Amino acid sequence: MARINLEHIRHAYGERPKSEDDYALKEVHHEWNDGGAYALLGPSGCGKTTLLNIISGLLQPSEGRILFDGRDVTELSTQQRNIAQVFQFPVIYDTMTVYDNLAFPLRNRHVPEAEVDRRVRETIDMIGLSGWADRKARRLTADQKQKISLGRGLVRNDVNAILFDEPLTVIDPHMKWVLRSQLKKLHRQFGFTMVYVTHDQTEALTFADKVVVMYDGQIVQIGTPAELFERPSHTFVGYFIGSPGMNLLPARIDGSTVSLGTDAITLDYQPKVAAGARTELGIRPEFIRLGREGMHVHVKKVEDIGRQKIVRAEFAGKSIAIVVPEDGEIPAEPRITFDPSAINIYADSWRVGREA
Amino acid sequence: MERTWNNKAWFMVLPVLLLVAFSAVIPLMTVVNYSVQDTFGNNQFFWAGTDWFTEILHSDRFWAALGRNLLFSAIILTIEIPLGILIALNMPKKGLGVPVCLVLMSLPLLIPWNVVGTIWQVFGRVDIGLLGFTLKALGFDYNYVNDVFDAWVTLIVMDVWHWTSLVVLLCYAGLVSIPEAYYQAAKIDGASRWAVFRHIQLPKMKRVLLIAFLLRFMDSFMIYTEPFVVTGGGPGNSTTFLSIDLVKMAIGQFDLGPAAAMSIIYFLIILLLSWIFYTVMTSSDDQA
Repeated sequence: MARINLEHIRHAYGERPKSEDDYALKEVHHEWNDGGAYALLGPSGCGKTTLLNIISGLLQPSEGRILFDGRDVTELSTQQRNIAQVFQFPVIYDTMTVYDNLAFPLRNRHVPEAEVDRRVRETIDMIGLSGWADRKARRLTADQKQKISLGRGLVRNDVNAILFDEPLTVIDPHMKWVLRSQLKKLHRQFGFTMVYVTHDQTEALTFADKVVVMYDGQIVQIGTPAELFERPSHTFVGYFIGSPGMNLLPARIDGSTVSLGTDAITLDYQPKVAAGARTELGIRPEFIRLGREGMHVHVKKVEDIGRQKIVRAEFAGKSIAIVVPEDGEIPAEPRITFDPSAINIYADSWRVGREA
Repeated sequence: MERTWNNKAWFMVLPVLLLVAFSAVIPLMTVVNYSVQDTFGNNQFFWAGTDWFTEILHSDRFWAALGRNLLFSAIILTIEIPLGILIALNMPKKGLGVPVCLVLMSLPLLIPWNVVGTIWQVFGRVDIGLLGFTLKALGFDYNYVNDVFDAWVTLIVMDVWHWTSLVVLLCYAGLVSIPEAYYQAAKIDGASRWAVFRHIQLPKMKRVLLIAFLLRFMDSFMIYTEPFVVTGGGPGNSTTFLSIDLVKMAIGQFDLGPAAAMSIIYFLIILLLSWIFYTVMTSSDDQA
């Protein structure tokens, strides 16, 4: 187990990057605590996998240093860094049995055979393939193969960190829950430092203590699921996390007054906004109350999704989403109010808080 | 709906039937015809039954030629397969090197077989050939015309030069189809270079290697043109393979009957090998 420091990491796939746009990964400077469970969340192509491969040493960063427990490992190979990594698509060794597949990483490191046997048996039970130990791995189904890949990642107990690169993509939904909670349990039990890459917010939020949201080659926010939900520090986080995402409305800010079209709201603080910045107000659909008081709104469509209803409406020339409880009524002349504590103000996409 | 029946469809297969008949069936039947008869010329034939077959199967000459064929195939396979794998493993996977290597590798395969033979025939000559002359100048007693060992070495080196590329190209195709994630996982698992080869590359190359092995075996078993051009079967009979022996017998000695019987035996051996080829290939499909 180790604390991992990423110091000013940048990476470009082409040689001699000319502009900022040539970097797949733009300046990542971050510390991963020893024993933390992190999720790297972001859309496809945002640099998640690049960052993961840089940590594991499969990729050499163009710039920056990586430290494990304060020791510089930037130049070390994957093998020397002692990292386990599970990939998106199953990688199995066709010629070997399930048992030998799991024993492979241990035998390569000259672990005594008795110890190999103990750990392999333990891991096989954990991934639920106990009856399959002596089968040739080639004949298994895709999700059994992926379980073997997971098992190979978990079989070593002395690793500095375990990295998961969207490991549950090929697993069917029911099994996803089971495996994810097993990983979570494993983390609590052994305290591995775990980094879990995904583009699925449910996966990220259920797995991790800390979620790292990446967008366009940089980390835009690191926080607990609650922080990401309540105080998204970038409009992308607001939009990406939550379903439906946060409503963003162009706003004019004057002291503590926020003007939205013809309406205005008064905040109990004065956001510090630089002159000329593009300002927006962000409010989650869950924190808009639909009733007979407040600002006029024009309801377009109501989607019933079971326990609650999502109201699609037009407000101040923009479409917004409002979450209404299942039995909540929609008045004939609807008006809305915003929960003042749930209002976030953004200047050029970044959040300006009370504390700023 | 009322169906109309007619036999027009048969006309559609007529061209291919004619083609197969004239290119394969009729020539083969002619050979069968010769193999059971004897002639003293004048277009007069006498029934000989299975005499020619018995004679061939009891002749040392036939078994010696067959033995030389098998030895030759065994030697070139033990060289070409490992060498091909080795070269394929070391070929670049991306960049400008890829097309350059592929073109260089394909060159020997594009040269007509008798030209390959002529190239080596001249190349190895001790009076004017670059190789032969150089070896002689360096003090080696090399002469493929007189020396059995030298003749074999020349033929083997020529075949390796000509055909290793085929093995390389097949193996390379197998290698580039391995997803990058396998190599990454192997690094994570701490696999040695040998373990990567043994557990990732070799299993993924298994099918193409099988094809390479069988193709090279069949091809070398039927070899004719190159040894005919280079050594003409000599010195003595030392490089007289089945095909060369067959031509000698049929056209050189004009022993049509025994030559026809030998053709049929040779044909049956090839047929057997093809059957094995097919069976092995399809059963490995099932496993995959």
